[in-house]
Amino acid sequence: MNSPIDFLLWVKGPAFDIALAVFVIGIVVRLLEIVLLGRKQDLAEPKGGEFGPGLRTIVTRTLPEAGSFKQSPFTVIGGYIWHIGFLICLLFFVPHIELLHSVLGIKWPGLSSHIVDAVAVVTMVTLVAMLIDRITHSVKRFLSGPEDYLVWLAAFLPIVTGYLAYHRMLTPYPLVLGIHILSIEFLMVIFPFTKLMHTFTFPLARWYNGAMAGRRGVQS
Amino acid sequence: MADSNTEIKTLGESLRQRGVSRRGFLKFCTATASMMALPPAMVPAIAEALEKARRPSVIWLSFQECTGCTESLTRAHAPTIENLIFDHISLDYHHTLQAASGEGAEAAREAAIHENFGKYLVVVDGSIPLKDPGFSTIAGISNLDMLKETVAGAAAVIAVGSCAAFGGLPHANPNPTGAVSVSEIIKDKPVVNVSGCPPIPTVISGVLAHFLTFGGLPELDDLGRPKVFYGQSIHDRCYRRPFYDKGLFAETFDDEGARKGWCLYRMGCKGPMTYNACATTKWNQGTSWPVESGHGCLGCSEPDFWDGGGFYNAISIPDGDIARNIGLGAVAGVAVGAAAGMLNRNAKADAAARHETVTVDDLEKTS
Repeated sequence: MNSPIDFLLWVKGPAFDIALAVFVIGIVVRLLEIVLLGRKQDLAEPKGGEFGPGLRTIVTRTLPEAGSFKQSPFTVIGGYIWHIGFLICLLFFVPHIELLHSVLGIKWPGLSSHIVDAVAVVTMVTLVAMLIDRITHSVKRFLSGPEDYLVWLAAFLPIVTGYLAYHRMLTPYPLVLGIHILSIEFLMVIFPFTKLMHTFTFPLARWYNGAMAGRRGVQS
Repeated sequence: MADSNTEIKTLGESLRQRGVSRRGFLKFCTATASMMALPPAMVPAIAEALEKARRPSVIWLSFQECTGCTESLTRAHAPTIENLIFDHISLDYHHTLQAASGEGAEAAREAAIHENFGKYLVVVDGSIPLKDPGFSTIAGISNLDMLKETVAGAAAVIAVGSCAAFGGLPHANPNPTGAVSVSEIIKDKPVVNVSGCPPIPTVISGVLAHFLTFGGLPELDDLGRPKVFYGQSIHDRCYRRPFYDKGLFAETFDDEGARKGWCLYRMGCKGPMTYNACATTKWNQGTSWPVESGHGCLGCSEPDFWDGGGFYNAISIPDGDIARNIGLGAVAGVAVGAAAGMLNRNAKADAAARHETVTVDDLEKTS
């Protein structure tokens, strides 16, 4: 690996294949483990349906509970901003759509690069603010472990390296593009083994909460 | 071209003798100033300096190259002032262009070195093989020896073309000749990399004009290239950029997008990673340039552009068959997940089987 081009080719080639394998196998294994483990049979007489309340809860839990919003509005709003910003950058930046198109065979209209650029800045600022909040807030700091900081880094690096690549703030370009792709590979590799799995497990957890409450005939 | 340098003339005299009007000369100075991003106030200074400039002696060394760079510089369609600048410099040695051959040619090189020691320019095209000196020799002298000997008395070295600047095609994997660039060998002299395959003629004449005007070399980027010409990427100056921003791409060379002139990113255009002046200076007296003719940029002015993973592969898209790999990963994941699930269920059943129920009587017995 002598040159930036070699680095980019390694990142796009073998490294991407390895990261993709870890990502896909890890996610499928973890989801199967959860589903196959099953739940203990509930012998009590059901007082309501499971399916409807389960599905409804998947949607309703997207909105914050009034109490938690009042207690920590910054966490809720910051969380929304950076999640939405991250998804906009991931799914609506034209080169990303081109990549997903080459994989999935489907494409959708992208946003102008300038809009994505602005969203990326907002996302980065929000992520930094949330990290500062996590460190300075005594309760949040107490509750945070190494994994929380690792996951923060894994979410932050793709955006910051993507921003550097788009604006060519680091040269040569193959190097900064390679670093950007590598940061996503880092995210993919730690994904199945950290709380990042919530991307896939949140519908299961919400459905279970809703279904359990529905069966008991209570509001979830 | 290869006049002897005994008859010393200024550039102004030389141009007038060749029928270039004062007006034409000043137009060239203005174009040079704007090309080099200098303020208009510098035009008279450039004109004055060029007017009085003495013929610099230039020794042109060709090593592992294809002569494309020389072709680019000499095949101008009509006589231009750039050409006259080249005519004006005293090109004392260029083994493709000079009339002399054999010992006479080498004698011209040695004479130029001795007569202009410390003042002459060395232009190099082609890379230098290090694995075996016998891979490329001129008059029995290895490229490495000739470069070192010639550069010893040079004021500066201009590495013309991507081979001389970065190793180029001979350096492409697996680099059978052990080819290296000029700057990997020459460490004690200023080296300007004028990369490209081939470089734009105006860029070469611009660097020479800068040397004649200011007696020094222009400001260089990280890769040793003049910033004025290599300061912006093809992508940032491309007239098709609005299509990229809107997400309008040509998918093949003859689809609707290609006919409408949409962005060539998907077809492997290396514009985003390439720094050169093609998008602004264009080729063949401003006629066109690769992207305008409907083909993506190959990235020829960047190091290792031959090894960039295929000219027609989009730079950001990983090389493997991603859809197939995801499928394989999912199958492997299901197999491993099912096995893990079975193990978990067994562990659960085992725990349930080993669970000893405790009755109230048992509790009373132990207490």
